[in-house]
Amino acid sequence: MATALATTNHVAMSNLKGKVDPDWCPGCGDFGVLAAVQKALVDLQIPNHNVVTISGIGCSSNFPGFINTYGMHTLHGRALAVATGVKLANHELTVLVTGGDGDGFGIGGNHFVHSMRRNVDLLYIVMDNQIYGLTTGQTSPTSRLGMKTKSMPFGSVEAPVNPISLALAAGATFVARGFSAEQKHLTELIKQGIQHKGVSFLDVFSPCVTYNHDNTYQWFRPRVKKLEDEKGYDATDWMAAMGKSLLWDEEIPIGKFFERTDVPTLHGAEPVLDAGPLIHADIRIPKDVTRTFIEELM
Amino acid sequence: MGKTFAIGIGGAAGQGVATPGDIFAKIFSRRGLHLNAYNAYQSIIRGGHTFLTIRTGPEKVTNMGDRVDLLIPLNQDAMDRHLGLLSDGSACLYNSETIKPGIAALGVQLCPLPVSKLADVTRNKVAQNTLAVGAGLSMMGIGFQALEQVLTEQFKKKGEAVVSENIGIARAGYDYAGANFQPFAWPLPMTAIRYAVLSGNIAMAMGGAAAGVKFYCAYPMSPSTGVLHWMAAHARKAGIMVRQVEDEIGVVNMAIGAAHAGVRSMCATSGGGFALMTEGLGLSAMMETPVVVIDCQRAGPSTGVPTKTEQGDLWQMLGAGFGDYPRAIAAPLDIGDCFKLIPEIFNIADRFQCPGIVLCDLLLSEGRLSIDPKDLDFAAPIDRGELITDAPATNGDGVYKRYKITESGISPRAVPGVPGHTHTAASDEHDEDGVLISDEFTNPTKRRAMMEKRMRKVTGIEAAVPPPVLWGPHDADVTLIGWGSTKGVIEEACEILTEQGIPANQLQIRWLVPLHGDAILDILKQARHTIIVENNFSGQFARYLRSETSFVPDGHIRKYDGEPFMPHHIVEAVKEQLGGKSKLSVPAHEILV
Repeated sequence: MATALATTNHVAMSNLKGKVDPDWCPGCGDFGVLAAVQKALVDLQIPNHNVVTISGIGCSSNFPGFINTYGMHTLHGRALAVATGVKLANHELTVLVTGGDGDGFGIGGNHFVHSMRRNVDLLYIVMDNQIYGLTTGQTSPTSRLGMKTKSMPFGSVEAPVNPISLALAAGATFVARGFSAEQKHLTELIKQGIQHKGVSFLDVFSPCVTYNHDNTYQWFRPRVKKLEDEKGYDATDWMAAMGKSLLWDEEIPIGKFFERTDVPTLHGAEPVLDAGPLIHADIRIPKDVTRTFIEELM
Repeated sequence: MGKTFAIGIGGAAGQGVATPGDIFAKIFSRRGLHLNAYNAYQSIIRGGHTFLTIRTGPEKVTNMGDRVDLLIPLNQDAMDRHLGLLSDGSACLYNSETIKPGIAALGVQLCPLPVSKLADVTRNKVAQNTLAVGAGLSMMGIGFQALEQVLTEQFKKKGEAVVSENIGIARAGYDYAGANFQPFAWPLPMTAIRYAVLSGNIAMAMGGAAAGVKFYCAYPMSPSTGVLHWMAAHARKAGIMVRQVEDEIGVVNMAIGAAHAGVRSMCATSGGGFALMTEGLGLSAMMETPVVVIDCQRAGPSTGVPTKTEQGDLWQMLGAGFGDYPRAIAAPLDIGDCFKLIPEIFNIADRFQCPGIVLCDLLLSEGRLSIDPKDLDFAAPIDRGELITDAPATNGDGVYKRYKITESGISPRAVPGVPGHTHTAASDEHDEDGVLISDEFTNPTKRRAMMEKRMRKVTGIEAAVPPPVLWGPHDADVTLIGWGSTKGVIEEACEILTEQGIPANQLQIRWLVPLHGDAILDILKQARHTIIVENNFSGQFARYLRSETSFVPDGHIRKYDGEPFMPHHIVEAVKEQLGGKSKLSVPAHEILV
C-alpha cells in the first residue's frame, strides 16, 4: 500500500508502490524496469499525481497497476494513441507509455511510426523480450529468424523488425536502449528520456524467463556494450546511430543512440495550447467569437 | 408546409454546380426564405453527374420535395436526365448554343440562353452559370440588388474587375429573361428575418463547440469530413485542439485519452471508420471515460456507395463493442437537431461516464438547411457530472476509489493531475480501487458487483432521456414511424395524406438507446395502421423495435438505392398498403443521379 506524500511533498520510493505487487514470473526482466522507473521519478522528484503511466495489453502492460501514479491500462497496441490524447489535453503531465514488443511493434506498429514522427512529448518504454508472454509463448515482431515458438514450431521464416532503426527512420528525437539487468544505466536513460522535450523511445531488453529460452540474461550479458563507454560516440549523429542500430549477435549496443533537441514538441507546435493546458481553458467560447461563426453562415 | 419553389442544377463535377447553388442559398436566406438543399453527387472529382436541388419557401422546408420548378442543366447529360421529369408550370434555363432540349411535358417553359451573345465565353468559362442565375432570379421575381450584393461578396477577393464582370454577366441574363421569358406564376415572397444556412456536418461541429469540446480528431471519410474541415478551420478561434491522425483506431483512442485527462472529446466518421472504432467504445465503457462518436451513415456494406445516403448502421451501433455496457445512441432528426443534440448527448456521456453515439447520415451531413440564428445556442447547458478536477495537495493516497460502488452506478471521476486520487483505469475488469480482477486470480463476486454497478447507469440514462411523442392528429388512419433524418419527408407525407383525406400522424424516433419501448408501445397500441419507414434493406429499426417490444407493424416502406425518400414515395406507398395491396413497399427513384 502506497503511503501519502509527506507534508514536504518529497517523493519517496514508498509513495510509488502500487496497490498490488507485480504478478510477473520470478526473474522477469520487468521487475528491473519497474524499479528503475520508480527510482527515476524519485531522483527527478516528480509528484506521482502529475505522472500518467499508460499501457496496452501484455505482461509488461500490467505495469501501471504496479506503480502509484495515474494509470491507464488500455487496448492492445493503442497506448501511444491514448497517450497522445492525454498529453494534448494536459501537457503539464509527465506521460510514460509502457508495453511490450508485440503490443508496440506488431499491432501497435502504425501508431509507433506516427508517434515517433509526431514528436509528442512522452517517454515510451518497450519491455522487449522477443516473445508474446501473456498469451503463453508465440513469436513476436522482434523474435529472431528461425526462433521456434508455439505459433511457429518449425522456426520463424520472417526477419525481425529493428525497433531502433525504425524509430530513427521515423524521426524520433530521442532513441535509446537499455537492459533490465543494468539497473543504474537504465535508470539514467529513463531520467534522460523523461527530461527530453519530445518523443523519447527506450527499448529495454527484459528477458522472459518462462517462454524465451534463446534471448536470456546469459545470452545478453556478454553481448551488450554501453555506448556511453565508447569514446567518441556522438549521439547527435543520426547516421552513426543508424549504423549502431544495425549491430546484433556479436555486439549489441545499449545506451543513448541519438538525441536532438531542435524539434518543437507536438504540443509546442500548436498555437491552441499557447495559453496553457486544454484542461484549464474556459469551456465556453466568447460571444464575439461565436457570433462570427454564425455570421459566416449568413 | 406552404408553397415552395425548387431549383435543380445539374452538371459534371467541376462544372460549377455548387456556386450557383450557394448564390441562390444566400439570396433566399437573406430574403427571409427557408431552404433545404440536397446534392446528389458521385465519388469523382471531375466529370460524372451532380444534381443539386434547392427548395425554398416562406415556411420551414423539411425535405427536397417532389418537383423541380426551375431546371438549370449545365451540360447535355444533365438536360437528358432531368428535362422529362418537369411538369406544368416548370421552366428549363439552358445554354442554347451547347445544349439541345429533348421532349418536355405540356406546360413546361423552355428558356434558351444565347450565351455567347450575352457574355464573352472565351474569357469566362462559367458565364453560362452566371447568366442562368441572373435569368432565374428575374423569373422568380427577385430584385437584382440581392444578386449584385452576393456576387460582390463572392468575388471580392479576386478584385474589382472580376466583380464587375460577373455582375455584368448576371445583369445580362437578368435583363434577357425579363424581356424573353415568362416569369413564374408565384413570385418569391420576402420576410424580415435572415437565416443562417448550414450543413449537418457544420451543425454538429458547431454543436461540439457549443458543448465545450476541446479535442476533436478525425480521419477523413465521406460524408463525415465536413466536421473535420469546420473544426480545423475554426480551431484557433474556438480554442479546440484538432488533429487528423493515422487511422480511425488512432482517432477513437486519442479522443478517449484526451477525455480521460478531463476535456470533452469528439470524433466523426462513417460506417467503415466506425467499424474500426468499436474496440474503443468498449474501452470508454469499461474505463468509464466519456466520449462522443458520430457516425455519418452512408450506403453500405463495406466501401459501399461513398456519396449516397442510407440508414444501414443501426445494428452496428447496437452491437458495437461486445459485452454489455451502458451507452446512449441518438439519431438527429434534422440539421437543426444536429446542432442541438451534441450538447445534450455530451451531458449524458459525462454524467453517466459512458460513450455517446450520434447516428447521423449523408442526407443530413451534407444537406443544407436554413436555421434561425437564435437556434444556434452557444449557451446550451453543460453538465460535466461528478468530475473531480482539484483537491488539496496532501490528500491521503489510497483512500479514493475511482470505481466506487454506488446506488446510481456513477462513481466520482478524478482526472490525472489531481493530488491524492491516483488510480489506474483499466480495460480489464477491475475492483472499486481499479485493481484488476485478474490480479486477484479472478473473483466471481466482484465481477458481478462491478457489472451490476455499471449497468445501474442504464436506469439513470433512461430517466434522463425523454420518450418519443406522436406528432399530428391523434385520430389518424395511419401512423408512420421513422427514425433520424426521415423526419422531414415523413412530416410532409403526413400533411399530403391528411389533405387528401387520409389523416396521418408520425412517431419519429430520436433516441435509439434508451428506446423507451414501453412508451412507444403505449402510443402504437392506439394506432389504426402502422408503417415503419426507413432507408435500408432489412428494416433495421423494425427488427430492433420488435426485439425490444415484440411490436410488429402493419407494413414497411424501405428505400436503399442511395437516394433519400421524396414525399410522393411515401404517400403512394401508404395508399398501396392501406388498399391491402402489399405490406412492403420499396419506392423506385425516378431521377437518375
